Amino acid sequence: FPHVLLVLCCAGAGQDVGRSCILVSIAGKNVMLDCGMHMGYNDDRRFPDFSYITQNGRLTDFLDCVIISHFHLDHCGALPYFSEMVGYDGPIYMTHPTKAICPILLEDYRKITVDKKGETNFFTSQMIKDCMKKVVAVHLHQTVQVDEELEIKAYYAGHVLGAAMFQIKVGCESVVYTGDYNMTPDRHLGAAWIDKCRPDLLISESTYATTIRDSKRCRERDFLKKVHETVERGGKVLIPVFALGRAQELCILLETFWERMNLKAPIYFSTGLTEKANHYYKLFITWTNQKIRKTFVQRNMFEFKHIKAFDRAFADNPGPMVVFATPGMLHAGQSLQIFRKWAGNEKNMVIMPGYCVQGTVGHKILSGQRKLEMEGRQILEVKMQVEYMSFSAHADAKGIMQLIRQAEPRNVLLVHGEAKKMEFLKQKIEQEFHVSCFMPANGETTTVITNPCIPVDISLGLLKRETAIAQRFPRAFPPFSPQSFRLVSPEQALKELGLAEHQLRFTCRVHVQDARKEHETVLRVYNHLKGLLKDYSVQHLPDGSITVESILIQATAHSEDQGTKVLLVSWTYQDEELGSYLTALLKKGLPQSTP
Amino acid sequence: FLQYCLSGHPTLPCNVLKFKSTTIMLDCGLDMTSTLNFLPLPLVQSPRLSKLPGWVLKDGSTFLDKELKECSGHVFVDSVPEFCLPETELLDLSTVDVILISNYHCMMALPYITEYTGFTGTVYATEPTVQIGRLLMEELVNSIERVPKAQSASMWKNKEVQRLLPAPLKDAVEVSMWRKCYTMPEVNAALSKIQLVGYSQKIELFGAVQVTPLSSGYALGSSNWIIQSHYEKVSYVSGSSLLTTHPQPMDQASLKNSDVLILTGLTQIPTANPDGMVGEFCSNLAMTVRNGGNVLVPCYPSGVIYDLLECLYQYIDSAGLSNIPFYFISPVANSSLEFSQIFAEWLCHNKQTKVYLPEPPFPHAELIQTNKLKHYPSIHGDFSNDFKQPCVVFTGHPSLRFGDVVHFMELWGKSSLNTVIFTEPDFSYLDALAPYQPLAMKCVYCPIDTRLNFIQVSKLLKEVQPLHVVCPEQYTQPPPTQSHRTDLMIDCQPPAMSYRRAEVLTLPYKRRYEKIEIMPDLADSLVPLEIKPGISLATVSAVLHTKDNKHVLQLPPKPPQPPASKKRKRVSDDVPECKSLKPLLSGSIPVDQFVQTLEKHGFSDVKVEDTAKGHIVLLQEAETLIQLEEDSTHIICDNDEPLRVKLRDLVLKFLQKF
Repeated sequence: FPHVLLVLCCAGAGQDVGRSCILVSIAGKNVMLDCGMHMGYNDDRRFPDFSYITQNGRLTDFLDCVIISHFHLDHCGALPYFSEMVGYDGPIYMTHPTKAICPILLEDYRKITVDKKGETNFFTSQMIKDCMKKVVAVHLHQTVQVDEELEIKAYYAGHVLGAAMFQIKVGCESVVYTGDYNMTPDRHLGAAWIDKCRPDLLISESTYATTIRDSKRCRERDFLKKVHETVERGGKVLIPVFALGRAQELCILLETFWERMNLKAPIYFSTGLTEKANHYYKLFITWTNQKIRKTFVQRNMFEFKHIKAFDRAFADNPGPMVVFATPGMLHAGQSLQIFRKWAGNEKNMVIMPGYCVQGTVGHKILSGQRKLEMEGRQILEVKMQVEYMSFSAHADAKGIMQLIRQAEPRNVLLVHGEAKKMEFLKQKIEQEFHVSCFMPANGETTTVITNPCIPVDISLGLLKRETAIAQRFPRAFPPFSPQSFRLVSPEQALKELGLAEHQLRFTCRVHVQDARKEHETVLRVYNHLKGLLKDYSVQHLPDGSITVESILIQATAHSEDQGTKVLLVSWTYQDEELGSYLTALLKKGLPQSTP
Repeated sequence: FLQYCLSGHPTLPCNVLKFKSTTIMLDCGLDMTSTLNFLPLPLVQSPRLSKLPGWVLKDGSTFLDKELKECSGHVFVDSVPEFCLPETELLDLSTVDVILISNYHCMMALPYITEYTGFTGTVYATEPTVQIGRLLMEELVNSIERVPKAQSASMWKNKEVQRLLPAPLKDAVEVSMWRKCYTMPEVNAALSKIQLVGYSQKIELFGAVQVTPLSSGYALGSSNWIIQSHYEKVSYVSGSSLLTTHPQPMDQASLKNSDVLILTGLTQIPTANPDGMVGEFCSNLAMTVRNGGNVLVPCYPSGVIYDLLECLYQYIDSAGLSNIPFYFISPVANSSLEFSQIFAEWLCHNKQTKVYLPEPPFPHAELIQTNKLKHYPSIHGDFSNDFKQPCVVFTGHPSLRFGDVVHFMELWGKSSLNTVIFTEPDFSYLDALAPYQPLAMKCVYCPIDTRLNFIQVSKLLKEVQPLHVVCPEQYTQPPPTQSHRTDLMIDCQPPAMSYRRAEVLTLPYKRRYEKIEIMPDLADSLVPLEIKPGISLATVSAVLHTKDNKHVLQLPPKPPQPPASKKRKRVSDDVPECKSLKPLLSGSIPVDQFVQTLEKHGFSDVKVEDTAKGHIVLLQEAETLIQLEEDSTHIICDNDEPLRVKLRDLVLKFLQKF
């Protein structure tokens, strides 16, 4: 029984945020987890390097399936490139909301890259459509049989609408991939949840590996205070967001605050995508949190009264306003345009509610840069206030530990984080849970040894017999055939093989000095054995013989010597030990004191 | 295993299965046809109903005239309507471990089971089933509690009295078991015991049994269930449909290889084609409205109504009905319309695709937006201001005994311009109309039942090939009114086993194997031996651990080292501790070779005698005799242990050990 190896290769996720793509080999099945792109690059490096796989032939032949955890582009952005340009025709699994929203974000991303930046050699709209045709949508907790051995199952992950963690299982070996997840419910999503599935390996994101974030309430209060103050003094607030996800949570937050405080300053949400986005939230309301689901008939949380669609011309309007604009890292599009307009005024404020990848304007201003070089060597001086608020729904260190406690994995592998922070978390995990924790770099392969148990069929009769007698040693025979193992009793094994049992029997003559009548000798032997062998069934049969379990003892008179009796002890090979013991015992003679 | 049949209604089943020490209730349908024996509950005082004469026995005695009223030759109970519960005495329902719900119509008795029987288990159902089930219960409770009735009749239930009553009251079963409707707190308590599940989710019960819901294609979230262990598979098919309406299509493939298939919830109108009925529905509706009449559609607040609204959406413009208002009146009308739009994952492919756009999956959203369809919680309030005639009203309850429909029957019943169209198949429309007679209004019967018909069933059974089929007795004979239609019954081989209310069935199956696991270290220690080509054997000595109904074989613990005790050994210390088993032997011993071996080992005086069955080998000096036969060897010797052991080992050399 070879121990099965589990090989992993992070083609992009490694110790890095952005471009998630992980390859798992489990019991002979190859599964790709996520297929993300890197937002910080504009060249080949933005997509994962699939040559590792393609050098061995076609992707479709090598991979059994692809799983996408959620619709963020750093988890699905390379999918059309992968399936249509590199070439993959096998199944791609994702949840229904992801399947609905993913193509829209991909198209949006394609437009920015191709139409605005004029890049060629990029996937087309048709490719996105063709790629989505290969997608199979899965329900939460549904066990999807990819083929006869490989099954996958999705668990709720929070993070964004439709985000899921996936369990990949072959036989009794399993891997859980978390994607991005969030262990605390927020204003519109619930908390991630998994059962005690004890996977051989848990692959967890670790974006906020060391952060233990202050309470959600404090952060929200802080956010509202900053927005309120800026608006009060007549300033403009820019909140760069991705159309789906945090945006909805912050909208709900501001909407309720505006209502409570009776504020009049306008709130805008930039362009088309968002209205559509809110519509998705309405239709997939079952994926939001308990509270929203319960009240949606009376009041749909995603129908906003105070938040209106943004028009480009509004940016120059005088007076205070709050604008949510895409994209979230200020790397292109409307949010960048508005930023350039407002950056010069110190009354204004930009609030970055999420993580920014290196190389983006968002990342630059967050790291304190105040003079930015824009296109055409133009220098933009940033006078507006820059605030960072962690509203990304990722699990923090506490959340990651909590998930490990829930799932009870045998090994943990950390991805999607920064090396230094991950090192700290790795130590903590190894200390607290006594499991191995890995953190591979990009392109590195991790080998995890699993120890799968072997399922066999046991005949019901044998099982019942053995469970009836606690703590006994069952002994049985599995006829080995390459496909299946079966455990049957020895008797049945012989029968099935068409072999007859060969009975080996011993009969020993034991001479005992006893002048009494035979039946009295028998009685003495019986009492003697009865007294000694408390755990055995010793019986005196009417025909004058004695049985100890299945061993038969009979007494006859000696043909010559009246003072000697001959005891015939007879047993089969299966009772060898007891039989041998009894003859030795009887040879020692009978105790004198026996009546 | 055993099946306890608690309901006699084939489409509102309630069965309990005892399967591998687990007690599983399959559905808990509530038979509401009992309410047809009661007078309707009018929302506003109805002079007609209150003036109905009391019923007088043939001998002139009038002691029942307060409880029973007569209307057009039928006798009705003047009391709060009551329902016929599933059997509660057949087994102790507090021992039920889990309840599996297949669709929202089959859970209406849930509060009676979970709140009155000491039930402590878990209920499993899909999210749409629970949400829409809650709406149905809410509507039911609301429509009965809205009309408080002082009187509660019980005298007629007395067995002696019931005997004297006219049919159908005389023949009503288990009237003493009939119960009043539950309350909202009871509904909430019952629903809180439900755990949500998704299609194809594998749910482990006590490690012994796995249950899985599968899409059944009948209603939003409706499911069939697979109940299986490693070696037995029971499929529970309840309310399935192969027609393409709004729900996800039925999953048939997963039903294959069942040992037993329990088949319930077939169509109640096997002779009517649902598509044809929808066409008739539309044309009757259009005709009535064009003539200036009103149309009343008694219906449940969810289910077929979505399909009807979708048909009308496509139909009204072409039929010139654009200006006719459609009203949907139910305390849960709004919720039902809203909920229908958020279960994208449970819908058919076409509707799912719409959600991806994103657009609402059902076109009734547009009907509402364009003000063609309006919904109200009841006839009171806004509705009375907006109400315009002629119009079309969808409202409940289809039994015509409670709910807003009672009001419209009273209001429109006198005019032959109006039409009532029956689409729900659960109640006989003639019985439903009985307390409203004489009636001038037109009555059209277009029952739409999308559940499997007998042709589809026989195709299904051929495809999934269960070893045994179990079904309600109604399905094993033609309908009583059409006894010549032998095509309207289940035809399968071996013939289906049938059940009736309050019966206990022993289901046939044979279980020979069980799955256990061998720990890797134990597996490593096994040495398989090829006995025949393709078959290898290994002896396993192990300790069997059983926990949570899972069995694991582990390496036996190493025997403890005998303590180095200086104490003098007593005889009893030597008693073998446990019987370590010796292997079974097989093979036979060739006498010539055996004798040669004996001689090689120093026995010089070997003598062989032939017997009828074999040989006797004599060792004269040692006074030892060895009987050799085809399948046995018997060594008879003096008490000389070294000699015996030597002979034993020589014999064993010739034999295979197992």
